[in-house]
Parts: sequence; structure tokens; C-alpha cells
Amino acid sequence: MTPKRDDDRTGRAQGGVSRRGLFGAVGVTAIAGASGVAGWGVAHAQEDKPSTTALRYPFHGEHQAGIVTPAQDRLHFAAFDVTTDSRDALVELLRAWTDAAAAMTAGELVGAGSPLPYDAPPDDTGEALGLDTAGLTITIGFGPSLFEKDGVDRFGLRDRQPRELRRLPHFPADNLDEARSDGDLCVQACANDPQVAVHAIRNLARIGFGTVAMRWAQLGFGRTSSTSTAQATPRNLFGFKDGTSNLKAEEPEDLADFVWVQEADDPAASWLTGGSYLVARRISMRIETWDRTSLREQETLIGRDRVDGAPLSGGTEFSEPDFALAGRDGPIIPMDSHVRLAHPTHNNGTKMLRRGYNFTDGADALGRLDAGLFFIAFVREPQSRYVPLQTTLSRDDALMEYLEHTGSGLWAIPPGATEGTYLGQSLFA
Amino acid sequence: MKKSLVPLACSAIALSLGGCGLTEANAPASTGEDGPITVTSTAENCDVSATEVGSGNLAFRVSNEGDEVTEFYLYGSDGLRIVGEIENIGPGLTRDLVVRAPAGEYVTACKPGMQGEGIRSAFTVTESGEDLSVQGVDEADITAAETQYGAYVRDQGQELVDATEAFLAAYTAGDDDKARSLYPTARQHWERIETVAESFGDLDPKMDLREADLEPGQEWTGWHRIEKDLWPPASGYEPLSAQAREPVAADLMSNTELLNERLQDQTYTVSDIGNGAKGLLDEVAAGKITGEEDIWSHTDLYDFQANVDGARVAYEGVKPLLDAKDEALSEEIGTRFDTLQELLDQYRTDDGGFVFYDTVGASERKELSDAVNALGEPLSKMTGAIIL
Repeated sequence: MTPKRDDDRTGRAQGGVSRRGLFGAVGVTAIAGASGVAGWGVAHAQEDKPSTTALRYPFHGEHQAGIVTPAQDRLHFAAFDVTTDSRDALVELLRAWTDAAAAMTAGELVGAGSPLPYDAPPDDTGEALGLDTAGLTITIGFGPSLFEKDGVDRFGLRDRQPRELRRLPHFPADNLDEARSDGDLCVQACANDPQVAVHAIRNLARIGFGTVAMRWAQLGFGRTSSTSTAQATPRNLFGFKDGTSNLKAEEPEDLADFVWVQEADDPAASWLTGGSYLVARRISMRIETWDRTSLREQETLIGRDRVDGAPLSGGTEFSEPDFALAGRDGPIIPMDSHVRLAHPTHNNGTKMLRRGYNFTDGADALGRLDAGLFFIAFVREPQSRYVPLQTTLSRDDALMEYLEHTGSGLWAIPPGATEGTYLGQSLFA
Repeated sequence: MKKSLVPLACSAIALSLGGCGLTEANAPASTGEDGPITVTSTAENCDVSATEVGSGNLAFRVSNEGDEVTEFYLYGSDGLRIVGEIENIGPGLTRDLVVRAPAGEYVTACKPGMQGEGIRSAFTVTESGEDLSVQGVDEADITAAETQYGAYVRDQGQELVDATEAFLAAYTAGDDDKARSLYPTARQHWERIETVAESFGDLDPKMDLREADLEPGQEWTGWHRIEKDLWPPASGYEPLSAQAREPVAADLMSNTELLNERLQDQTYTVSDIGNGAKGLLDEVAAGKITGEEDIWSHTDLYDFQANVDGARVAYEGVKPLLDAKDEALSEEIGTRFDTLQELLDQYRTDDGGFVFYDTVGASERKELSDAVNALGEPLSKMTGAIIL
């Protein structure tokens, strides 16, 4: 149904029923049946204690969560198309999504757990009952097609389309599947429990029926980046550490330069101040041929040592690569190695905050692993910084022999919501 | 898909009594600052956490701490009129009752063992000042909805018999072209009342089983058996001889007549009707949208339309009740029906039929599916909204 703004909802969500609390109560009743009234009281007392293991990130803030938040282990990413012509319905949806996202990230039930008639379907789909919040974050973005599609100014937003928000160009060797690309809206749900992330997307999709329809979605099972110095660097499916030189939450100046949109960036899009852009690329890996590649070749292609992640020029993982250092046959970090071509020093100083995930979607028709890296990056200037960098990589990176880009999307990520506002409100104001 | 039309506890008895709050209006349940009113039912006690609350939507969270199945009732001041009830609460279980209650005197009752007067207490609802904007629902509207739907089902049942007869006559006469043209239109009468028809668990598998539904060794009869014979696959299929067609046709005819007989004395509560509408949309979403229903004939859009027809009739029937309870929901359902119908109409052929579903592309199917989801979601809330 079209989401309804229920002013009570926010209020109720504050004191809403927590998933663990509700689960406790349900579980307790069963115990009480067997052990009598004493059991009820004891178990009730336990239920009221907050879970000590629950990891929660605040939903409200200057920026949306899920960007500099320490990258969680699991991803459910979904792209949606808006199916209505009504701007009001779109705004109502964003309000409802904001309320639901705030509730879910706080570990509360969608719909605040308000009792409903037994003859009504429950507001919350239920699969996260009893689970921790698991560090859930929900990040929502707006695609170029929301502002204009086939020449039509669908929602009176054309004049506010940011200059940088244009569909990404075709990069060399792209083999994009339309059914895995683009979308009017995107939602990134990350959590340390896959069921919590799936629950978030499922409930938002359900709330959206009639206003939006899911276009495509991607599950990611393991983070491939660290977004905080407190996190160890994880590995991608090539077996190498990924994201060693990623931008981190502890680098506020770099974040301002390379992640957060600044007020003066684009007069038409001042609504995006404090926001960012999300680049998504579904990068399939040719796993089987990679695995037959010698370690020499693998390290040469990447430009790093496989075990420790140190650059081939020496040192440890976090040593700066010395691109000038000579080896027996030219630079010890080859000219077409990934680390060289992607490095800021070869890209006009460009840095990105990467937040990608390993994926496998089973096997393809030939029995090969359908696997790779779902690349996500948050950037301040996608057209002037990400596009040139990706063009270089797609054209020159020797690693491309083992990669194929099969999906793509770009979305503007509005700033965070404060209490009482909805995500994207500045765009519709 | 087989679903039984089990009458929902509340509607089954209470409608004629004006119970389940049917004569009151509906809004999302609010529970007050302290959450639901808790009720603890044991063999001897019925502890209600409050004896006086403000008017509005009240939520009772009933926990059965006894050893027997219990029930909870909210009666009017006369102790007879059922305002709301929740049945079949097993030992150790908790269930919510949500009712719309204006200011007045009430009586609460737990009925451990489901018998007798129950353990009763006085319960007062004071004027909260909350705008109840209670709109009355006419008993006449309830009766009319139930009567109309019953008549519709019977009508479709009779039309099904007539259309099936004509279809089978062409089939057994070997006039395959005519049989193929009659197959999708005859089936529409079945599909319009599919959730009711399927509730007869002995007939449904004989009449509407698809080849993929068969168990090993199970005899395949009914509509889809004939469908395959009329639209045979290019290879690996041996057509039925004229002689072999006879028993297959006779079997479908006799089962159709038996179905029609049984439909004559069926009655439907408002919740049966509401859940039936949801069920028909579920049928579309599960089988028709994927093209699995008519895998040989590709006439799925006829079935699709017929399911939607049946759901719409059900909705229109209970609309006066829903309008009184939740007008916004009612309006939304109506609009979404219109949108879906406009989309379906794009696939009409000049003769009023539909294009074959294998000509409908993947993106067009998704568009249809999106419209079904858009309608299905609010429609799923209809019964709860009416019953409250």
C-alpha cells in the first residue's frame, strides 16, 4: 500500500517493541507454562536487559550511516524503480522508509510492533525476531533516472539533478547486464548477520509495493574493504588483501575532500551537501583461470605480496609502494599492475572510500563459480574522479584479463536525516 | 495451490451478532503509552491489567497460563453483545485482540476450557477525547455482502457447468479448433471462484491438477490433461484417441456437476470473502504470472483476468464495510485494481480474448507482476481492517 505518514508512528517507534524483547516475551510464556508463575517473573526480568552483544549504529546524523561506518560483514543491496508518477507518493514512500529504517537499525519491529487484528498480516515480516541489530545500517540513494527519464521530468526534479549524477559511461570491456544495472533508487543494507540485512531489504520492498518495484538485488557475503583503522584488511576472492589504502573514518580531511559533497560543489544540487555518490559495479571474476595462474603472475598482476599484502617494492602491508624501484626487468611494481594503476599518485590524487563485498550467485550454466566483487565506492566527484580512474583500469589494468564488469549503477546519496525529517527531504523541499 | 476456506473464528459466529466490532470503525491500533492491556488467563483467574482505559482502539494481549485452551471476550454492558473476541489460545500462548471501543461500560471474560459464562469482570472505557469518528456499519451491508457473494459463486458454478459441457462436446466430437477456442473462456468461470472451488480437496486434484503437480503413478485427469491433448508438444506425446477422450471428458463433466451441486448450499462470511480476494491474487502471483498454469495452451491471461474478476467482485461486495472502516485503504485497493486492469487490457485481442502468454516478454511480465504486488499488498490488509 502507499505508505501513510502516521505521525504517531515516530512516537511509537521510540518506545517500540524491540525484537529481542518481543522474542523474550514469547519464549517466556512457553517456559511459564511448564514451570509456573515463578519462571515468568525471572525470565521477564532477563528480557528487559539490553543485549550486551548488540552492535547498533545511530540512524540519524549529519551523514547517512553505512558509509564511514566500519564495514559490516554482509550486504544486501537493492535497486528499485519508481512505478508511480506521483511526487506525493514518492515522498510518502521516503517517509515510510525512513521510519522503518530508523526502527530496524534500532532493533525495533517495523510498524512499532503495534498489536494488529489476528486477521491482518503482521507489519514486520518476522525473520529478525530475537536477532541482534548486528550493526545494521540502511543507506538510500537517488539514481539519475529519478530526475529525468527518456526526456521526461518525472517528479519536477530535473532542475535539481546534480551535474555529477549522470549514468556511468561504457568502460572498455564492459559487459553489462541491464537487469543488474541502474535504478531510480538504491538501498544498501549492511549488517554482521545476513538475515538482518535481508530482513531490512525485504521489509522496505514490501512497504514500497505500488510505489516502487525491485529492479535487481545483490547479496554480498564478505566485506572486501576496511573503512576504519580498527579493522583488519579482508581479502577478495582472488585471495589478496583488498582495500589496504582505502579511505578511513579516521581521516576527516580526506573524507571532506573525496567523499562528502561540499556546499559549493554544485549550485543546482546544494540539497546534496553532506551527502555523497555511491558507485556500484558488479565485477565478475574468472575464478577458475585465476586459480591456475602462478603465484608469480598473480602477485605481478596485483603488485602486492599475497600473504601479507605488502607492495612488491617491500615493507609491510601499509608501506607506501615505491613505484620507481627497479627490479631485474623494469619497475618491480609493473607498469600495468593493479596497485600502480589504481594508486592516487597515478590518478591525480584521487582517493575513494571503497565498501565492496565478495559475492557468489551460485554457478553459471557452464558450471563455473558465478562469483566476484560487488564493488561499492562512495565518492564526492564520480564524473571527474571515478570515471577517469575506471577508464584507466578498464583499459590498462592487466588484471582485467580475469575480470568482467557485469553490472553498474550510480546514485546520489543524500545527507543523513535528523529526528523528524526523512531521507532526501532537502531534495523535495 | 490448494487452500481451504476455513472460516475465521471471529467472523464465523460473531458477524450475525454484530460482533468483532464490525459495527465500529477502524484505524491502526494504538495501545496507549503503557502498551497493550495484558490479560492473564488461568483456570481460576482472568487478570486484566487495567479496569478503566480511554476510548479508541484497544489492544488486549492475552496470555494463557492455564492448562486448557482459553478464549477472551469483550462484551457490551449487557454481557451479551460481543464487541471482540479471540479464540483458540493454547496453553502457554499469547495472542492479541484489537478492538475499536467508544466510551461505555463493558465486560471482559476469559473462558478457560472454552465453556460456560467465563470468568467475568467489569471494564470501563472513558471518553479519551480521541476523535473516534466512528462510522456505523449497517447489518444490512454485512448481509448484502454475504448474500451477493454467495449468489456470484453459484452463478459462476452454473456457468462453469454450461461452458464445460460445450467445451467437452467439441472435444469429444474431435472439433479441436472449437475446443481450443472454448478452453480458456470456460475455465474463466472456474478461475473466478478458484479459492472456493479449491476448498473441495477431493475435487480440485481431479479437475485442475497440472502435469507438474502429479505424484509418481497418479492418474492425470481434468482440465490440464485435455489442455495438453489439444496443444500437444511437438514430440514425445501420443494424442488420445477419440475413444480415449470420452472417459477423460466424462470425468471432468461429472466432477464439474458435483462441484456445482456443492456450491449451492455454501455460505460465506465477510472474512471468507476478504480472504478469498487475497487468495485469488495469490493465485495470480504464484501460477499465472509465471506462465505455469497453462503451460501447453499459453492462455494464462484468461485465467489471470478471471482471478482478478473474482477478487474484484469480492472487494466490491465488502466495499461498503471497508469504506466505513478504512476509506483510504478501500480507495487504494480500488485504484490498484484499475491500474492492473488497464495493464491487462493492453493484452486484449479484437475478439475480446487475450494474446498467448508466450508472446508476453520478460519486462512486460515484470510490469504485470509489479501491478499484482501493488494490489496484493493492500488487499491483504482488507480482511483485518473489516474485522476490527
